[in-house]
Amino acid sequence: MAMAGTAWEAAATVVDPELQVVTIADLGILRDVRAEGGHVTVTITPTYSGCPAMDAIRDDVLTALAAAGHRDAQVVTVLDPPWSTDDITDAGRAKLAAAGVAPPAPVSVDGGPVPLRLSVACPRCGSGDTEQISRFGSTACKALWRCRACAEPFDHLKSL
Amino acid sequence: MTATTQATGLFDYLLALGDDALVTGQRLGEWYASAPGMEEDIALANIALDQVGAARLLLSYAAEASATAMPARADGPLPFVHDGPLDEDVLAYLRDDRQYRNVQLAELPNGDFAHTIVRLLLLSAYQKLRYDTLAGSADARIAGIAGKARKESAYHLDHATVWTVRLGDGTDESHARTQAALDALWPYTTELFAPDPQLADLTEAGVAVDPPSLRESWTAVVEPVLAEATLTVPDTAWTPGGGRRGMHTEHLSFLLAEMQSLYRAHPGASW
Repeated sequence: MAMAGTAWEAAATVVDPELQVVTIADLGILRDVRAEGGHVTVTITPTYSGCPAMDAIRDDVLTALAAAGHRDAQVVTVLDPPWSTDDITDAGRAKLAAAGVAPPAPVSVDGGPVPLRLSVACPRCGSGDTEQISRFGSTACKALWRCRACAEPFDHLKSL
Repeated sequence: MTATTQATGLFDYLLALGDDALVTGQRLGEWYASAPGMEEDIALANIALDQVGAARLLLSYAAEASATAMPARADGPLPFVHDGPLDEDVLAYLRDDRQYRNVQLAELPNGDFAHTIVRLLLLSAYQKLRYDTLAGSADARIAGIAGKARKESAYHLDHATVWTVRLGDGTDESHARTQAALDALWPYTTELFAPDPQLADLTEAGVAVDPPSLRESWTAVVEPVLAEATLTVPDTAWTPGGGRRGMHTEHLSFLLAEMQSLYRAHPGASW
């Protein structure tokens, strides 16, 4: 158990390759860490089906575990239950906002229509006077927005 | 139903789902660096990425669900025999056109931007409703994949909806092009809901969705969008189809030739 604890701590330090201000634990994509007889199994889940960062995350987790002394380790991927932006921790949301990425709104109805929002607060000046430039941003998980008050563009993590 | 026929049916069905996503992803990827605007370039590439992601999950499952040979259906796609273990890459890159089972709507060329958007509307509405139902599949792994993909499909449908309305209810030029796209693509939607006797066992077991059962909800999603876009559903009796049985247009052959050339020239290459 103590060993699983250190393995969890090691895996939890891995930073998301595309959202470099948050860890995989902050994002809620680190699901489980188990240690049995010296063998560590880490379970992660993708944000999006085609998320190209999964391979990098898998490698980074193994590297972090090895550095913490857990060389006999494997990373497995699960889909169920599907990841939701609701899985992002409060600490993760705060880190995203501090880095200029507007955090997602709570997902209202699972699997229902994409919730429409009247406004996303600008992560820089806090104004609600913002507009969507593009539904799809620099990565699968982000949309591109612009603040009319301070004129800055910003990323918004899409509710999923 | 024996375990063997169920495994065969499952393999068939996973390929149908996976091929729809893979071919759609490949077509959308052709817009990369040539879409009408940078935001749209990114949007279409992101949707393509989602589609390929779903295809990978589905084809990986298909590879595990079957032995190394695709069983022949009496009227079905040509059998696929591979000397070695199956995986997602073998299924994506080594099957020929007659061994693919995507609907023909997915393989048609992109045409102009309006054409691509109308196709995305028709197809993503279908995919979303199908994934919605499959999220409750009796097969836990299909349910997991569909539970993930349905959320992504909702964004694809939303994107196509906004653009269809903007183009259809836009200028004379954009309206004419969007109507022309709908006229050309509409006949291919019949195939989406064609009954498939081969699916009877899986449907009864709660694993698969009976295609005709999706038509009503699909119409309820698509027709209001077309109406808002001031588009007219064409009155046509032509109903091409047969993709699920391996009957395709020549366009799929060219698509596969491009998509598969690298893997076939350098088997096992990674990059």
